[in-house]
Amino acid sequence: MTNIKTIAKRELAAYFTSPVAYVFIVIFLLLCGFFTFFVGQFFERGQASLSAPFFDWHPWFYLFLVPAVGMRLWAEERRVGTIELLLTMPITAWQAIVGKFLASWVFLGVALALTFPIVLSVNFLGSPDNGVIFAAYVGSWLMAGAYLAISSLTSAFTRNQVVSFIVAVVTCLFLILCGFGPVIQLLEGLGKPALVDLVASFSFITHFNGFQRGVLDSRDVIFFLSVIGFSLFTTGVILRGHRAG
Amino acid sequence: MINVERLTKVFGTKRAVDGVSFTVERGEVLGFLGPNGAGKSTTMRMITGFIPPHSGRITVGGHDVVDNPIAAKRLVGYLPENAAAYTDMTVYGFLNFCAEIRGFTGDGRKKAVHRVVEMCFLENVLHQSVETLSKGYRHRTCFAQSIIHDPEVLIMDEPTDGLDPNQKHEVRNLIRRMGEKKAIIFSTHILEEVDAVCSRAIIIDRGRVVANGTPAELRRKSELAGAVTVRVAGMAGNALSQKLYNVSGVQRCVILQENPKAATVRVFPKAAPVNGEFARAVAGALSGAQVEELHSEEGRLDEVFRNITLPDTAKEVAK
Repeated sequence: MTNIKTIAKRELAAYFTSPVAYVFIVIFLLLCGFFTFFVGQFFERGQASLSAPFFDWHPWFYLFLVPAVGMRLWAEERRVGTIELLLTMPITAWQAIVGKFLASWVFLGVALALTFPIVLSVNFLGSPDNGVIFAAYVGSWLMAGAYLAISSLTSAFTRNQVVSFIVAVVTCLFLILCGFGPVIQLLEGLGKPALVDLVASFSFITHFNGFQRGVLDSRDVIFFLSVIGFSLFTTGVILRGHRAG
Repeated sequence: MINVERLTKVFGTKRAVDGVSFTVERGEVLGFLGPNGAGKSTTMRMITGFIPPHSGRITVGGHDVVDNPIAAKRLVGYLPENAAAYTDMTVYGFLNFCAEIRGFTGDGRKKAVHRVVEMCFLENVLHQSVETLSKGYRHRTCFAQSIIHDPEVLIMDEPTDGLDPNQKHEVRNLIRRMGEKKAIIFSTHILEEVDAVCSRAIIIDRGRVVANGTPAELRRKSELAGAVTVRVAGMAGNALSQKLYNVSGVQRCVILQENPKAATVRVFPKAAPVNGEFARAVAGALSGAQVEELHSEEGRLDEVFRNITLPDTAKEVAK
């Protein structure tokens, strides 16, 4: 546990000593503001709710932003060679993987928390259900974790951050699209409801919807946690594979 | 301290390390020699637990590296080949992190960092980012990392690579000093380093140990070892060799240099001489001649190295 903390601390510090953190946070907040107020028409709706104008965009922001955060996790270690240093320290590979993941996840949490002015705005303008907003934040953070774990996995595949980024985006896009309205409609045309449910159940959007309605459904939580668990486990397998040669 | 038994590592179809066995005790400095791609780094990476062996067994301080990696890794300090360090940290931050992960807390950590900063002369760059360091400083930073927990076993992959002569000298002194109390393995391409630092050397070629002994023992494998070189004034080379062929135990004589004033001849013995008897015999045969110089050759490591490792490489090229 101490080792995980040590690694997470180092990793988190690394984000904030490089421009990555600041660029990420600024762009994330700009996107959130722009989409909520202009594209999402927050004011025109006249509703004291953040679901449609704000949280609906999160799966799409994360699609590009989270792989950008996660791409360096292992690719950079392998390229520079520090992985050799890290894994010859008296720690297990598992501790290193979890530590690095947690650091990035906390970082994404910080970025997400910095969207708080929008919560203040909506509270100032009306009386929203803050429980629903809280649930949606939890869901959004969990979803970010799932994206991040997938980015960690693709990052372990390669020394090249660009390759890692692209593969992560494509994988996550796939996981979004299988719950995306138009795709679902297309599948419904096939006339097999079971297939539609199966495909949709893999989607980030389907599972995120529950949180947006203010429901903390254990199935949704378990879905995101299991995506994280599976991806991190596979990251470990891949790293071991590289070393075994 | 380090025990390696029949270690093998296969990458695809290539046997990078093939049945390597050796031991290193406390107080020994083992030099690892071999051409590029001979399997030195791979062997070291296996001992540090970075890559798992294909077969064979490694124990460090009695702990099996595969079955009990954490206990084994605690005893080991490792300087990887490219001296990698986290470029986004300051030297202090990096060393502090390494100390923390090695289990140092509070005051102990400060002391540990302070100790290696002094040993490796890093005060000037302590708060500089690793990225902006010169190669020598970066190398020393990584070196500092490897000794931060005062390990019983130290494994260094080309510790003097890329350093200037002064820094090389410092690092060698450091290794020699630490070698009195630790078990050290280091790889190098520089043969003079073996003489300067090692108590024992192993030559690896294509994954196999082809020689193992003290630097003196290795030198004795040299053709040159035991040969006697003489320079005599006022004699022609041929005449001098004729005279020397009469000495018992002479295998051949080679004229190295000849000019009207003096001739230099090297005499090779048939069998390895003991206690300089051959040199005395040569000196005896030359009584009365104007000997300017007479000395026994010790043998040269580079020659041994080439003889052991080159024929195979040459054969491969021929194929």
